Amino acid sequence: MIFFISVFVVVPWLIEVSGRWDFYYTLTSVALLSIASAGVWLTFYIGRINIGQGAYALAGGYLSAVLVTQYEVSFWLTIPLAGLFCAVLSVLIGLPILRLKGVYFAMITLVLTEVAKLTALALPITNGAKGIVSIPLPGELSIFGLTIIPDFSTLENVKLAFYYLAATLMVICFAGMYRLVNSRMGHLCRSLQQNEELASSIGVNITTLRITAYAISSFLGGVGGSIFVAISQSIYPTSFQVADSINFMLNVFVGGLGYVFGPMLGTVVIYFGWDLLFQTGKFQLLIYSSILILLMLTVPNGLLSLRLFKLNKEKK
Amino acid sequence: MSSENIVMEQVLVNGLYLGMQYALIALGLTLVFALMNVLNFAHGQLYVVGGFITYIIYGKLGLPFFVAIVASGVTLGLVGAVIEKFLFRPVIRKSVREESTMLLAAAIAFFLDAIILLLFGEKQRGVPKILDGVMNLDFVVIMPYDRILIAALAGSSIVAFILFMQYSKPGRAMRALAQDRIAAQLMGVNVDRYSMVGFALGAMLAGVAGGLLVSIVGVNSGIGGPVSIKAFMMVMIGGAGVISGAIAGGFILGMLESIGLTVLVAYGDLTYLVIFVSLMIFLSIRPQGLMGKPWG
Repeated sequence: MIFFISVFVVVPWLIEVSGRWDFYYTLTSVALLSIASAGVWLTFYIGRINIGQGAYALAGGYLSAVLVTQYEVSFWLTIPLAGLFCAVLSVLIGLPILRLKGVYFAMITLVLTEVAKLTALALPITNGAKGIVSIPLPGELSIFGLTIIPDFSTLENVKLAFYYLAATLMVICFAGMYRLVNSRMGHLCRSLQQNEELASSIGVNITTLRITAYAISSFLGGVGGSIFVAISQSIYPTSFQVADSINFMLNVFVGGLGYVFGPMLGTVVIYFGWDLLFQTGKFQLLIYSSILILLMLTVPNGLLSLRLFKLNKEKK
Repeated sequence: MSSENIVMEQVLVNGLYLGMQYALIALGLTLVFALMNVLNFAHGQLYVVGGFITYIIYGKLGLPFFVAIVASGVTLGLVGAVIEKFLFRPVIRKSVREESTMLLAAAIAFFLDAIILLLFGEKQRGVPKILDGVMNLDFVVIMPYDRILIAALAGSSIVAFILFMQYSKPGRAMRALAQDRIAAQLMGVNVDRYSMVGFALGAMLAGVAGGLLVSIVGVNSGIGGPVSIKAFMMVMIGGAGVISGAIAGGFILGMLESIGLTVLVAYGDLTYLVIFVSLMIFLSIRPQGLMGKPWG
C-alpha cells in the first residue's frame, strides 16, 4: 500500500523535475490497462481463461462516447454507467458461456472480442468504421457542486489531471481486488479454480459466484475503456481488438496468475518494454516476442513468483 | 451477379472449396489440441509461413507447384518439431498452471508475425495460376480448374492424414495419447516423442494448407491472426480435439461463409457478425461442439 502512495506522489514530482511530460500519457495508459487487466485476472482467478476483455473495454468506451457526444451526459456519470452497462452485458453473455471451461471458454471470449468489433462496425449509433471523434474533454458538464474535480478543458495540464484520475482509480481498483481476494468470496473463488464440482458439492453456489466474478471483471473493463476514450478523445471499432484482448491476458500472465498485483506489474513491464523497444524500429516486435518467449521459459509462473520467493527468504 | 438470380449451386460449390481448405487448416489445430491440450495461437502464422515458402519456390524460383507444397510441409514440420521440443515442452513441465502455454503460443505467434513481416514485407503476394481455364456446367456452375485441383489436393491430404492416424503406428500412438496421456504412457508410448511428432504434423498441415491456398487467395503477412481465429471457430463448431469434428467444422464454416456472403450482401458486411453470434448461441446450447467430448 505504501508503494501505491509513493508512486502517487513521487512519480509526478519526478516527472516535474525531469520535465518529461509525455511520460504522463504512458503512465496513464498503464494505469488504465492495468485496471482492465485486473478484471481479466479475476476471471483467471475463478479458473477461466478470458480473452474477451477487449469487447467490454470497447463496449464501455462506446457507451461513454455516445452518451457524452449525443446525449450530453456528464463524463463522470458515464464512467460508472459504462461499468454497469458492461456488467449487465456480461451477466447476459456470461450466463450461457460461463458453463464452458478451459479452452472452450477462451476461444469463445476471443470470438466475443471480434463480435464487439463487428457490432461496432454495423450499428448506426457507433458511426461504423469512422468511429466517434472529437469527444469533448471531461468536466465540461461536470457536477461542480460537491466534487473537487474541475473542468478538464480549463486545466493547464490535462495530462496530469488524467494521470491523477487513472492512478486514483487504479489504486481503488487494486485495493478493492486485494480486499476481494482476501474476503470470503476470494476463498470461494479459489475453490472454483481448483475444482468446481467439489466446490459445488460442498454447497458453494458456483453459478452465482462465477457470474459475479465475471461481472466485476467486465465492470473494470468498461471503466478502463470509458476513460481511455476520454483521453484519446476518439473511439473506433478497432480501438480495442483481438490483439488488445490478448495483451490483457499477457499482462496478467507475465505478472503472475497467483498474485493480486500481478496484472499491474505485468502491465507496467509489458507497456514499458514495448515503448522502450520502439527505438529498435522494425525489429520491435521481433525482440519483444523473443523476450516474451524467454520470460515464459525462465519464469512460467509470472514475475511475481520470483519476487515473493525472495521476500519469503528475507523474512526467514 | 445481381442479387435476384443468385445461383445456389454455385454458392454451394464455392462453399465446398472453402470447406475443403478450411478443414485442412482446422485439422492441424485440433491435432495439437488433442495431443497436448495447447491452444496454438500461432497456427495461422504457421499457415502464412507455409504460404510464403510456396510463394518463393513456386512463384519466384519457378519450380513445380508440387515440389513447393512438399517443401512447405516439410519445413513447417521441422519448425513445429523445434517449437514443441524447445519451447512447449520445458514450459509445460515447469509451469504451475496449464494456461501458461497459451501465453507461450501467443508469444510465438507474435514472433512469427515479426519474422514474416521482416522477411516478406507487407505486400500481398500471389503466384501464377497453376491451371488455366474453367469447367462450365451449362453456364450455371462455373468451376475454375485450379480451384478443383486445389480442392482435390486438400481433400487427398485430409484422407492421407486420416489413414495415417487410423492405421500407422505413430497414428495409433497419437490417438492413444489424445485419449489418455497417462494410460498411453503406461502402455509404453513414448509420450515426449509422439507429442513432438504430433506438433510437427499439425504444423505441417498448416504449411500444406498455406501452400495450397497461396495459389488461389495469395498470402500476406497480416492474415495469420484472422486465420487462427477462423481455425478456432471451426474447431469449436466440431468439438475440440476431434478429427471428424474439425473436418465437419471446416465444411460448415466454408458453407456458412459462402452462403452468407451471397445472401446477406444486401444488408452490408454482416456475414461474420451473424456467424459469430450464431456460434455463441450454438455453443451455449451445446458447449462441446458437434462431436466433442463433454468435458471442459
